[in-house]
Amino acid sequence: MTILVIAEHDNASIKGATLNTVTAAQAIGGDIHVLVAGAGAQGAADAAAKIAGVSKVLLADSAAYGHQLAENLGLLIAELGKGYSHVLAPATTNGKNYLPRAAALLDVAQISEISKVVSADTFERPIYAGNAIATVQSSDSIKVITVRPTAFDAAAATGGSAAVEAVGAAHDAGKSSFVGEELAKSDRPELAGAKIVVSGGRGMGNGDNFKILYSLADKLGAAVGASRAAVDAGFVPNDMQVGQTGKVVAPQLYVAVGISGAIQHLAGMKDSKVIVAINKDEEAPIFSVADYGLVGDLFDAVPAIEKLV
Amino acid sequence: MKVLVAVKRVVDYNVKVRVKADKTGVELANVKMALNPFCEIAVEEAVRLKEKGVATEIVVVTVGATNAQEQLRTALALGADRAILVEADGAEPLAVAKLLKAIADQEQPGLIIVGKQAIDDDNNQTGQMLAALGGYGQGTFASVVKVEGGKAQVTREVDGGLQTVELALPAVVTTDLRLNEPRYASLPNIMKAKKKPLDIKSPADFGVDVSPRLKTLKVEPPAERKAGIKVKTVEELVEKLKNEAKVI
Ligand SMILES: Cc1cc2nc3c(=O)[nH]c(=O)nc-3n(C[C@H](O)[C@H](O)[C@H](O)COP(=O)(O)OP(=O)(O)OC[C@H]3O[C@@H](n4cnc5c(N)ncnc54)[C@H](O)[C@@H]3O)c2cc1C
Ligand SMILES: Nc1ncnc2c1ncn2[C@@H]1O[C@H](COP(=O)(O)O)[C@@H](O)[C@H]1O
Repeated sequence: MTILVIAEHDNASIKGATLNTVTAAQAIGGDIHVLVAGAGAQGAADAAAKIAGVSKVLLADSAAYGHQLAENLGLLIAELGKGYSHVLAPATTNGKNYLPRAAALLDVAQISEISKVVSADTFERPIYAGNAIATVQSSDSIKVITVRPTAFDAAAATGGSAAVEAVGAAHDAGKSSFVGEELAKSDRPELAGAKIVVSGGRGMGNGDNFKILYSLADKLGAAVGASRAAVDAGFVPNDMQVGQTGKVVAPQLYVAVGISGAIQHLAGMKDSKVIVAINKDEEAPIFSVADYGLVGDLFDAVPAIEKLV
Repeated sequence: MKVLVAVKRVVDYNVKVRVKADKTGVELANVKMALNPFCEIAVEEAVRLKEKGVATEIVVVTVGATNAQEQLRTALALGADRAILVEADGAEPLAVAKLLKAIADQEQPGLIIVGKQAIDDDNNQTGQMLAALGGYGQGTFASVVKVEGGKAQVTREVDGGLQTVELALPAVVTTDLRLNEPRYASLPNIMKAKKKPLDIKSPADFGVDVSPRLKTLKVEPPAERKAGIKVKTVEELVEKLKNEAKVI
């Protein structure tokens, strides 16, 4: 059995989600190869070669892969995937974009966002916003899988010394082109890997009020997240949304501020180690998952917490 | 330009589903069913394209059991012109994508709009698979769609923020939450929808094999969190976080 892991990277370095995906591959068992598809991605490939447990890195370096366009990556992964028993990608927006495309080209199912490996062909995955866990068995010859990063520990980023092999194939489907991007810039840790996450909801009232969360977050070294309602209302950008259809986080500490705790929000944070809820409504459902609940006005509580930590 | 929209009948998003005692699935008896929220957004986007004069006809398709006609009628009431039900219960995304591809070959739409995710199985793959099978470009997780000059510009919600891509038509768009706010169907439109055409087909009509690739061995409830406590003051909270939970 040889497993192909598709790396999440920014050409220069490997993103954390790749390391969790390698751990999922280790749980399946077998040789692990990592594909770095990008443009000017030697740096990322070198970093992938150092991941503990990886035996080979494939570097597909072409302008066609520069912006991770799914049309092009789908063709590449479908071509390379034929030689593997499993193809794994992290369940990031990138992985979710290209991997089903590769699966369809290989004429196999995709098993989305697995949270556990039971055996080489059987996996657990959350369904219905995490209100049920399904155990599914695949009968396909190649198992194509996205991995929920928070459900697996990160593999060690160093200690390996895999060979990097260049892959010639430059697939340009000619169906899509990159126009531009607006990436959020922040000095705070990324939501996905942060040890502490402070999230605000509709109760924040407006975008300006998020200042008190940023200030607390900076004191704690935390990332800042949000509920859908806060994003929809324009308080904060979309990449901060935590939930069933946003980001899934599982930090050591999650602080939900002015968030009611709809099932769609809980789906994105209820695997956090410790949950704190601050809400003025003592009946708010968020308290049912909170280890520590504080009933009160967030505009008093948040600055007061900041003074004490 | 014709627009094809794929929709799915799912448990209403307000329902907190419960796992069946025999672990074969979730309890669906007497549970409120609805149009998947992302599909509602897909229908709305198509209707807006028609209102702008970009789309000329909206064909809505579902793959499901007989009762999925209810959701097709909802889509017709929201503004779709015609509906197709492919009768197959529980088809997996790959099979649905193959059926949609076959329908697209017949209908020749300029744009295909689907939801980013069905909130029952949370798969997030059907649109991408359809795009692959049809050789179309894909604009997934769309928050803005502009159709102009034979191309679509799609702004996508990605992990880092927003990305804009340009796609040759026909293309597949999958909707994210902020693409639009769906309207409610008016009573007259609900009445009119009853008379709109609804074709019923079978997978065999398209020569598509819908046999499953995955077998669900069991469905279980998630691990319960142990009950927490309410703290009275901010001081108590911070003390607990420092000394009991040891997370700060
Ligand atoms: C298809 C679909 C997908 C969805 N996906 C997501 C998702 O990924 N993530 C997500 O979060 N939601 C998602 N939702 C939306 C979800 O159903 C809820 O609407 C949303 O989570 C509510 O956000 P909220 O808790 O911030 O707002 P509300 O429910 O309005 O809660 C605001 C809370 O703030 C409290 N509050 C107000 N003022 C104060 C104050 N001064 N001090 C203290 N507390 C205060 C109130 O008591 C209340 O509990 C989705 C919905 C659908 C239909
Ligand atoms: N059975 C189905 N019939 C029609 N469209 C579907 C079906 N299943 C999924 N889709 C479409 O694909 C989208 C994504 O679904 P999924 O890939 O299952 O998460 C949905 O929002 C629908 O637009």
